[in-house]
Amino acid sequence: MPPRGGSFNSKMGGKRAEKPLKTLLRLFRYFKNCTGILIVSIISILAYSAASNYAVLMTKKLVEVLEAGIGADMAKYAALLIGMAILYAIAVVTNFLLNRLMLSCSARVMCALRKEMFEKMQSLPISFFDGRTHGELMSYYTNDTEAVNELLHHSITQMLISISSLVFVFGLMASLSIPVVFIMICMGVTVFYVMRGVTRKSRRNFKKQQFELAAVNGYIEEMMEGQKVVKVFTHEDKAKAGFKVHNDELCKVATDANTYASIVGPLMNNISHIFYAITCTVGVLLAAPVPGEEFLLENTWFASHQAFLVEGSALIASLQFVRQVSNRISQISQQFNSILLALAGAERIFALIDMPAEVDEGTVTLVRVEHQNGKLRETDRRTGYWAWKRGDELIPMRGEVVFTDVDFSYDGKKQVLSDVSLYAHPGQKIAFVGSTGAGKTTITNLINRFYDIADGTITYDGIPVREIKKSALRSSLGMVLQDTHLFSGTVMDNIRYGRLDATDEECIKAAKIANADFFISHLPEGYQTQLVADGANLSQGQRQLIAIARAAVSDPPVLILDEATSSIDTRTEKHIEKGMDALMHGRTVFVIAHRLSTVRNSDCIMVLENGRIIERGDHDALLKERGKYYELCTGTSELS
Amino acid sequence: MEKKMKKGPGLKHLKPCVRGYVTPSVMTPVLIVFEVALEILIPLLMAALVDGGLYRLDEFQLQGVISRLPYSNNLQFVLWVGGLMVLASLLSLLCGALAARTSAVASMGFAKNLRERIFDKILQFSFRNTDRFQTSSLVIRATTDVNNLQNTYQMFLRMMFRAPIMMVLAAIMAFRINVRLSYIFVIALPLVLTPMLLFMFIGRKRFKMMFKKMDTMNSAVQENLIGMRVVKSFVRGSYENGKFRDSADDLMRTQIYAQKLFSFANPIQLGVMWGATILLWLFGGRMSVSPDGNLPIGELTALIGYSTQVIASLQMVSMFPLMLSRMRASLDRINEVFEEQIDIESPESDLAVETGEIEFDHVDFSYSGNPDVLNLKDINLHILPGQTVGVIGGTGEGKSTLVQMIPRLYDVLAGSVRVSGHDVREYSLKALRDGVSMVLQKNMLFSGSIRENMRWGDPDATDEEIREACKIACADGFVSAFPDGYNTDLGQGGCNVSGGQKQRLCIARALLKKPKILILDDSTSAVDTATEAKIRDGLSSLHDMTKIVIAQRITSVMDADQIIVMEHGRISDVGRHAELLLRSEIYREVYESQVREEVNA
Repeated sequence: MPPRGGSFNSKMGGKRAEKPLKTLLRLFRYFKNCTGILIVSIISILAYSAASNYAVLMTKKLVEVLEAGIGADMAKYAALLIGMAILYAIAVVTNFLLNRLMLSCSARVMCALRKEMFEKMQSLPISFFDGRTHGELMSYYTNDTEAVNELLHHSITQMLISISSLVFVFGLMASLSIPVVFIMICMGVTVFYVMRGVTRKSRRNFKKQQFELAAVNGYIEEMMEGQKVVKVFTHEDKAKAGFKVHNDELCKVATDANTYASIVGPLMNNISHIFYAITCTVGVLLAAPVPGEEFLLENTWFASHQAFLVEGSALIASLQFVRQVSNRISQISQQFNSILLALAGAERIFALIDMPAEVDEGTVTLVRVEHQNGKLRETDRRTGYWAWKRGDELIPMRGEVVFTDVDFSYDGKKQVLSDVSLYAHPGQKIAFVGSTGAGKTTITNLINRFYDIADGTITYDGIPVREIKKSALRSSLGMVLQDTHLFSGTVMDNIRYGRLDATDEECIKAAKIANADFFISHLPEGYQTQLVADGANLSQGQRQLIAIARAAVSDPPVLILDEATSSIDTRTEKHIEKGMDALMHGRTVFVIAHRLSTVRNSDCIMVLENGRIIERGDHDALLKERGKYYELCTGTSELS
Repeated sequence: MEKKMKKGPGLKHLKPCVRGYVTPSVMTPVLIVFEVALEILIPLLMAALVDGGLYRLDEFQLQGVISRLPYSNNLQFVLWVGGLMVLASLLSLLCGALAARTSAVASMGFAKNLRERIFDKILQFSFRNTDRFQTSSLVIRATTDVNNLQNTYQMFLRMMFRAPIMMVLAAIMAFRINVRLSYIFVIALPLVLTPMLLFMFIGRKRFKMMFKKMDTMNSAVQENLIGMRVVKSFVRGSYENGKFRDSADDLMRTQIYAQKLFSFANPIQLGVMWGATILLWLFGGRMSVSPDGNLPIGELTALIGYSTQVIASLQMVSMFPLMLSRMRASLDRINEVFEEQIDIESPESDLAVETGEIEFDHVDFSYSGNPDVLNLKDINLHILPGQTVGVIGGTGEGKSTLVQMIPRLYDVLAGSVRVSGHDVREYSLKALRDGVSMVLQKNMLFSGSIRENMRWGDPDATDEEIREACKIACADGFVSAFPDGYNTDLGQGGCNVSGGQKQRLCIARALLKKPKILILDDSTSAVDTATEAKIRDGLSSLHDMTKIVIAQRITSVMDADQIIVMEHGRISDVGRHAELLLRSEIYREVYESQVREEVNA
């Protein structure tokens, strides 16, 4: 078997996107079905920023009216307030629109992405799955999808709102007072640099934390996995001590990392307070004097430069903007980081989608045929006869498989099969015997083209397998594997998986062939019994019988049994044997077995060692040969 | 602590985790109170500055305090009050930053303690306890769930103090400025809270549905991934696609259905906040210009500021139940670990295992503890010191169960198991398991060097002893062939050696205990027969050690002093090979299915 990936650790803190812009643009392409929504959303963002900020600006006008004191023009005041209310109403409505539209949009894009991912996965070669853990694969559907969802649903809109608000605020403030704008710019620069400094420090510390966290998680994983061994060796105290070392170290680095993360909030908040205080003080100092009072900075340079004076009403309006500016800037810098992290998730998803699918250059298809006047004719009826269709030519399907000088390697380095040649006549039972890693499973992986050979040829009824469409090839082969995989659903559904258009009667007939009907009818709900989590509510042997029935219902001319009974003890196997024999009748069968009793009655037994066939022949012939097979049978040698 | 009172008895296991971090845990809220208090002063100072400095009114906020300041003219007034504002924000910054640090220390320390307690608790688990939890779920409890609680604890220390205090203080300030206008908050309060609570109430069911759909979809995906070979060999790709498409569409609809409620949350809060602002301007403005009104513009502005703070804090407070409910699942999972009853505790005892004699006396056992569903029924056995005993039987017939009684990995339901003349329950677990060494069927090596792994058997083993044990287990040969020999790193779970090598190392490790009884539970299945025979020879040289061997291969047990044939949890027969071949049908069947007469002939 090809090597599996290492243990999978959570990705929190994680990696940032490598090509954020490219990924973002690609993500936007998924919006093409909701361009309308997108346009409305963008208009909403602009309208929201403009309305909410302009409403704040109106404070100036309100204050101006109130400054008149007792004789104030209250009619104008009321009109202004109505205007303000309208602006706020616009902001509320656009805010709602935005939330609602982005929800629909992101849900739709997520749905499209999920489907695309899943469909891609169905088309990827088996080597992709062999090289990854289930955790890694699931992470595409959980962590990465969740990250992208968050990005589309919240982060991007928030970012756009922050940016557009900031632009509006500065524009509006420039109309209020130049000195205040100057102070705001100072604040912006301060916030930016402080944020940058903290983020850098924090990132460095988070990296350390990730490292220690992985160590702690690894330790926990290992000790939980080996818990029974720990108990048997009464190794508990040592395990505790070992854990404490890792755990204390993690606590130390995590405290530092977390401090930096936690300090951002109070830092930003209070920096804005400081600048609020400065704005307020400077504003009052520069305030144009109320009639009858003196200018506070009389006899200074400011007294002679009217442009730098601040109107009282403008000052009060500006003060409302101060927090806005600092909030927006710190939001932008925080969102920037989270957007990059989320884009890394999107990048992984796109990398998956971009993976090359299983190549299928084959053109030969499988068709149903009937015999008419001694000639083959294509038909739609279930005649029980099949033929390969190459161009217009019909080649009867017989189930003859020939390997000629086949070489194969999973990784291009370590040769798994060398010079394998074999000839399986239609209806023959061919067995492979050999140690784990000798290449038995590899041979079947090549017949159904889960993997492609490096050198040599494999033909099926005289046609090179490369020329046969994979779907046709695989539907002509029935597989029963060592690890029986059943799916959630009823027993009937699981049997029908072999042929989707099979009737209930056909499924039951197949179950009878597989010797499974007896136990199924004794299940609480018979064929309608629901199977849970990979068939966990059945025994290993029962699951295996269902898998055999599933292969039986598909009625393939060639059958591959890969260690189909190895996890069943020898006595139970005897009871399945009848079902297996019935299933194998009249088909070409490839049997891989650890156990010799399973292969004894084969037409030809191939003994594999280190990827080579070292002996071949039927049971009696091989015994006479007094070679490896003989040793195996007599127990002087054993398979590993 | 406070946390317990707030959230009920589910927190009793968390309480001790604060130990050692009480000071920072208490300091964080205290510092935050100071931070908020200083922050809340700023609008008030602003009002004083605007009203006193800008509009030159004679009455302004905080007059009592400010008038004591040593200023002689308006300019100095402005600089003093402005200075006070800057000072207040600097102090607030200091408190806030310190609180960030103390909260980090407190919450990370809390997490550390929690993780350690969970780990320690899991280590106390007996086999029966372990069987009740999946490994992966235990790992999640000790990692992800701890992380969730750590975040919640930190949020609790910071947010859950900050928001309510902010709300209360801002409200007090508002009332101080103008009581009549402050009643506007009283109206705003239910307007913010009611929809939020309503959404949460309605939303909970919808979200539950959404998460359920998500789980269903994910488990379907997982099933598909695990069964990919089946999918591909039956060419069911497009069928699977069709199924997935339906469930993805379904999930999308549910997702929108669940989340669309919350599209209203933000606009409603903004609406209430801005509505309050407009009302304050309206009534406050009229008050400000009326002849008997005494609401200067600065104060009105401050009031509007406080109103925003009250409503924003309120919104935060209304989110707490949601945040807490998220951590609920994690808390429950962790509590499950803490509340697991440990069913085997080590008794205080100085007894040590002296000989390898084993007796089973009418032993009944059940994994479920149910006397009607017995996994071992009325087992009687007597094994003499130094004997070799084979155990044969199909999967699930009780072979492993039988031998696990000897090192007391499980407790009997009835009867007793005696080792060296004493009931196994009289030994301390350490003494018993040092005397009874077992190589498990599902065995494991750990990251670290081979030498370190060997020392699990005996922490003080010399290199010579390790070598000796490895020689008996036929492991010395391949270990010495490694470039780093006994220093070879095994990788996590011992993934750097092959199955057969791993089994041999595990046997060596068990031998290093120099046990009186060695149990091999199908421990040589991946070792070839020739090597296995060598291991058998090596073991038989240890005359005093009782050897119990479970095997699938009949050749592994053929020469034993006694062979036990297990069937349905009972001993079907005991005897030597030749006797059993004549007497036991099961034994004969197993024998024949593996070694046919025709081969022997």
